[in-house]
Amino acid sequence: MRTSPFAVLRNAWRGLTSMRTALVLLFLLAVAALPGALLPQRSLNLNLVDQYFTDHPDLAPLMDRIGLFDVFAAPWFAAIYLMLMVSLIGCVLPRSVEHLRALRTPPVATPRNLGRLPHHATGPVDGTPDEVADRVRALLRGWRSAERTEERAGAGVREFSAEKGYLREAGNVLFHLAMVGLLVGFAAGKLYGYEGSVIIPVGNQFCNSGILGYDSFRAGLRVDGTELEPFCLRIDQFEASYRADGQAADYRAEIGYQTTSDLDEGSTAEWRPATLAVNAPLRVDGLRVYLMDHGYAPRFTVTFPDGQQRTGEIQWRVVDPSTLLSEGATKFERPGITDEEQRRTSQLAITGLFAPTSSGGDVVTSVFPALRDPEVAVDVLRGDLGLDDGRGQSIFQVDQRQIESGALQRVARANLVPGQEITLDDGTVIRFDGVNQWVGVQVSHDPGQDWVLVFAIAVLIGITLSLTIRRRRFWVRLQAADTEGRTVVELGGLARTDRAGYGEEFDRLRAELLGPEKKDG
Amino acid sequence: MLAQYSDWFYIAAVAVYVLAMVLHAYAQAAVRTRRPVLVGAGGTPADIPAAEEQPARAVGARAANMGVSVAVLGALLHLASIVARGLATERWPLGNMYEFISMITFAAVVTWLVMLRRVPAARSAAPWVLLPIVVLMTLGGTALYTAAGPVMPALRSYWLPVHVTAIAISSGLLIVSGVASILFLLRSGSGVPAAIAERMPTADVLDRVAYRVMIVAFPLYTFAVVAGAVWAEAAWGRFWGWDPKETVAFVAWVIYAAYLHARATAGWRTGRAAWINIAGLTTMIFNLFFINLVVAGLHSYAGVG
Repeated sequence: MRTSPFAVLRNAWRGLTSMRTALVLLFLLAVAALPGALLPQRSLNLNLVDQYFTDHPDLAPLMDRIGLFDVFAAPWFAAIYLMLMVSLIGCVLPRSVEHLRALRTPPVATPRNLGRLPHHATGPVDGTPDEVADRVRALLRGWRSAERTEERAGAGVREFSAEKGYLREAGNVLFHLAMVGLLVGFAAGKLYGYEGSVIIPVGNQFCNSGILGYDSFRAGLRVDGTELEPFCLRIDQFEASYRADGQAADYRAEIGYQTTSDLDEGSTAEWRPATLAVNAPLRVDGLRVYLMDHGYAPRFTVTFPDGQQRTGEIQWRVVDPSTLLSEGATKFERPGITDEEQRRTSQLAITGLFAPTSSGGDVVTSVFPALRDPEVAVDVLRGDLGLDDGRGQSIFQVDQRQIESGALQRVARANLVPGQEITLDDGTVIRFDGVNQWVGVQVSHDPGQDWVLVFAIAVLIGITLSLTIRRRRFWVRLQAADTEGRTVVELGGLARTDRAGYGEEFDRLRAELLGPEKKDG
Repeated sequence: MLAQYSDWFYIAAVAVYVLAMVLHAYAQAAVRTRRPVLVGAGGTPADIPAAEEQPARAVGARAANMGVSVAVLGALLHLASIVARGLATERWPLGNMYEFISMITFAAVVTWLVMLRRVPAARSAAPWVLLPIVVLMTLGGTALYTAAGPVMPALRSYWLPVHVTAIAISSGLLIVSGVASILFLLRSGSGVPAAIAERMPTADVLDRVAYRVMIVAFPLYTFAVVAGAVWAEAAWGRFWGWDPKETVAFVAWVIYAAYLHARATAGWRTGRAAWINIAGLTTMIFNLFFINLVVAGLHSYAGVG
């Protein structure tokens, strides 16, 4: 038998939108996400990925090829969630239409044999069928109900059919559509958002003018960095407080900022004051500014033999987060030298460790993160720093190859407290002036995140409705009894959803109509 | 001072839970014959004494009733321990893994006690439900114990009571649901000696417990994850960043979503759904222990080591 292409497509569509497929896709999604938690991920920590390559030199490249270090950007991960979304939409849209139709149709007619339903009861009650019908109507307030009268065996039979809990399906549809909205919002953030981080010494300013201003920048797929929201920021003061054992108690930075409209108006002299603190970013112009970390920048002044002075202050990076012991390299070029060769070979670098609260002694280490008793332990290197060879260089280190080749040589080693100085063999004096602080700031832009929040709330409302509300049906049949003024009442109840306990409510309804203690079935 | 009381209450709570377990186990041992369990639609508490009229069963019934009362006492001690810890540290008592486990197990016990009122026929599952709770609390109180103290600045936010409490309570609920599913499989399978299986609630009751707890747990867990995302947006600069803890929480959420879908899929409704629930529970436990203690991430607040 030949199947038409249309039938193949239709079957594929039915297969994709079936509940069983949704189940399989959910499992696949769960399994596919797991390596993202178990293996180091580039998006979280590059160093750990490099470490993994060192530890598993044979396996790691293979794993890398299938994207195991970038799971959430891998095509197979995207394939799974896109299929899940298609399956979801294909399942939910017909259900929404069906639900809208159900909202407009009256509840289904009363089954002929109510005794076959999971919940049923029957019994005679006082009152004519008309009187009992009034009671039934009062009882079914709040239910969607319909009333029919049927001639059977020469007597009028009244039938009520009622249904309740339509919000369950509405919640179900809302949940699934909101999931789609949430994913779209998430994707929009990944496409049009960006995130940059930069270290700013206290007293300095920074403007969100281009990617190059940042130390690191993660751009969305549709962001090329040419149209960043203009915004400027100045760090006025930074304060960290610590408990006696050195654990951080609080960080905050007093800053000034200028918004896009400030800059457009050209009012660049005015700074709006704000405070950045942990858990309290600055939100302005669709940007969020976070205080991420902080550290120290020692300041050195070099007095060259000819009397010229140069002052250098650059951030050193934190080696030990608990004591803020830091390391770094402050680099100098000798001024006033015209000979290219001589200029290149008389560069200076001050490298070593900085302790905000020094242990004292020959081997300097830090015992407390606050700036109580600062000291540096430095090597002074002289020679060619290798700054001109075109390669990028870390601001925290000197190029180790320059030391190995002998182009850069150690000319002094000393421990200095602020105000102390050392004199090199050629008469150059290096003074440790003092310490400034720096803060690490992250600037983020995510146009999708407000939508994600809105849809997440809709997801919550939807799931709560669809799990807690029970869709149930209730039928009543009234028939005049043989004795005058009495009515035979038949009741039936059916929960249309998973067993979530319709029994208690049915028992209550039964007790209302038939009176208590008449359990049957 | 208060911290010391908190620790004593905690130890007392564990001891009292163990006593409740013993009482329940004794109650079941006292039942010699197959005990009729009423599987009415939402049986009423009045059903139980009716089924236990013979004297041999009366002893068992008394022990079981005592077991429930003792478990309530344990829960009160447990609550006192949590409150004292909060007062001693002058912060919300959810700042490290010990406190987190204390809250999870407390939520599980309360869930179980509430469930007993709704589905009295589930009572004979008590020893099996209390067992993982006692094991978790013992682990929490020994290997993972952390002395009372303040927390790091990042944790000082009003989102901590919201996010972490919601996660802890939903975890407690999910444990009860998961244990009910494990018992369901034991009860309906053939791998368990009849002597044990027959003293458990019927498979139908266990299945109902698992589902009824889940329909509360899942929305609450979803809320907890959303609250976490809102907090992360303020604390870490993004609302979702695939931090290991976030990723495994996502995996667990997807598995529980699969459980709910399975409940609505022909052929998956009971047995397979129970397996999915167990997979979800395994993921939650994995997230609690392995991700907290072995994998480094932003959620490394365990305070251990």
